[in-house]
Amino acid sequence: MRAYFARHAQTLIGSLGRLVSQPFGSAMTMGVIGIAIALPLLGSLLLQNARLATSNLNTAFDLTVYLDKKAGSARTQQLAKQLRLRGDVAQVRIISADEAFAQFRNDSGFGKALDALADNPLPDTLVVTPTLDASTPHGTETLKSAIAAMPDVQAAQLDTEWVKRLHAMLDVLKRVVLLTGALLALGIVLIVSNTVRLDILNRRAEIEVMKLVGASDGFARRPFLYSGIWYGLGGGALALLFAAAAGAALAQPVEQLATLYGSGFRLQGLGFLTAASVLGIAALLAWAGSWFAAQRHIREIEPA
Amino acid sequence: MIRFEQVFKRYPNGREALSGVSFSVESGELAFLTGHSGAGKSSILKLIALIERPSRGQVIVNNQNLSGVTRRRIPHFRRQIGVVFQDHKLLHDRPVSDNVALPLIIAGVPKREVDKRVRAALDQVGLLGKEKSRPLELSTGEQQRVGIARAVVAKPKLLIADEPTGNLDPDLARDTMQLFKRFSEVGVTVVVATHDVHLIEQFGARRITLSAGRVVATS
Repeated sequence: MRAYFARHAQTLIGSLGRLVSQPFGSAMTMGVIGIAIALPLLGSLLLQNARLATSNLNTAFDLTVYLDKKAGSARTQQLAKQLRLRGDVAQVRIISADEAFAQFRNDSGFGKALDALADNPLPDTLVVTPTLDASTPHGTETLKSAIAAMPDVQAAQLDTEWVKRLHAMLDVLKRVVLLTGALLALGIVLIVSNTVRLDILNRRAEIEVMKLVGASDGFARRPFLYSGIWYGLGGGALALLFAAAAGAALAQPVEQLATLYGSGFRLQGLGFLTAASVLGIAALLAWAGSWFAAQRHIREIEPA
Repeated sequence: MIRFEQVFKRYPNGREALSGVSFSVESGELAFLTGHSGAGKSSILKLIALIERPSRGQVIVNNQNLSGVTRRRIPHFRRQIGVVFQDHKLLHDRPVSDNVALPLIIAGVPKREVDKRVRAALDQVGLLGKEKSRPLELSTGEQQRVGIARAVVAKPKLLIADEPTGNLDPDLARDTMQLFKRFSEVGVTVVVATHDVHLIEQFGARRITLSAGRVVATS
């Protein structure tokens, strides 16, 4: 049994030596694998970070309630009072039409041009913050429809609509990443399969000799399966390198962007577990590719 | 050790290489297969090593009817016999020691045992000290002897050789045949295919003469 493992270890090292002895060809194969893995890997990292960046926005569900212009400020106060009594409302802030107009006049840059207007076109507005318990998509939705049904309410708008849309987009993107990943995985299997096939044909004479002195198909196959695993590990390592480089290149601009949005968000890199599974998956795919080639072509080679 | 019973071999191209060949070789015997090229010598050796299957007839080697050896069992069967080729069939990118060790590694012999037996086999063919050389650094005669060392390293009961002296000068050829004779003297059954009639006359061993796929004389 020990001899068996020693033999496997020897073949493992031997196949690595063979790859090192043809650095250019091996590097090309590994490079292709690396790129094929780096693409979906970067895609999933992007998704993961986008989710992380928007997850804290999810809890800040504020509802903006636009009132009927004809309602008047007394009615506004009354509505605010009514809303404050609700169990699922934490806070109600009133932005009167005058306040809103003054702010708009300041911020919009239209300034004096707005003075030409005969009267203020803006309605009174209530900003309703739900309680923490009610800050779920369902809870806010219930609150929103309840408010919308109240008299003198023109419209109730959830400020987080765009977050929902973003999440829907992220879901679509996730599918795209998964699909691309599946296609590229198939690509890796095919590439390694073809590389190993050429490898086998190049060493046809050697395989013949091995079979003549009693090697089984399995024995002749073994070094090729191991070189497949090496291709995978090399390609996986390259993919991690690509991803790390892309992360480093993006870290600063993302930080800047986050700061502009007043967020402390920082780009999350690859965890150890992700890195390990990238290597594992790469090795597995490449092994599968070499297995297909070896299974088929080693059987065909018979001494004559 | 070897028995052929009414063996026919027709290749896919229609050529009939063997037409009803019957002979037997006893255990521990040295036998020469002779005849012109194309007489069927190589075909007989290929049938013994299960490189080819007969079209008709029975081949029995070491009490096994080869028709009962399935494709899966061929590797195991081949480990019981040593084969020497005219073109040596060595691995040129591996040192001599790896070449000789190959049958042992395939059989799963532990490393320490492998080293010992490789040295013993190289000693038998007079190549001790050449372990680290690459086959192409050696002369043709030396390469041939590496091939012989590889064939005997696993101590097979049967050794077959196809024109082992084909590329050697007369002195080397005689030395090589002498080597085969010595193996037969320690109990190995040896079958050598050769067209060099003058050489084998010096050995007085068993001779099976073939012509056009038939056995025309045995001694």
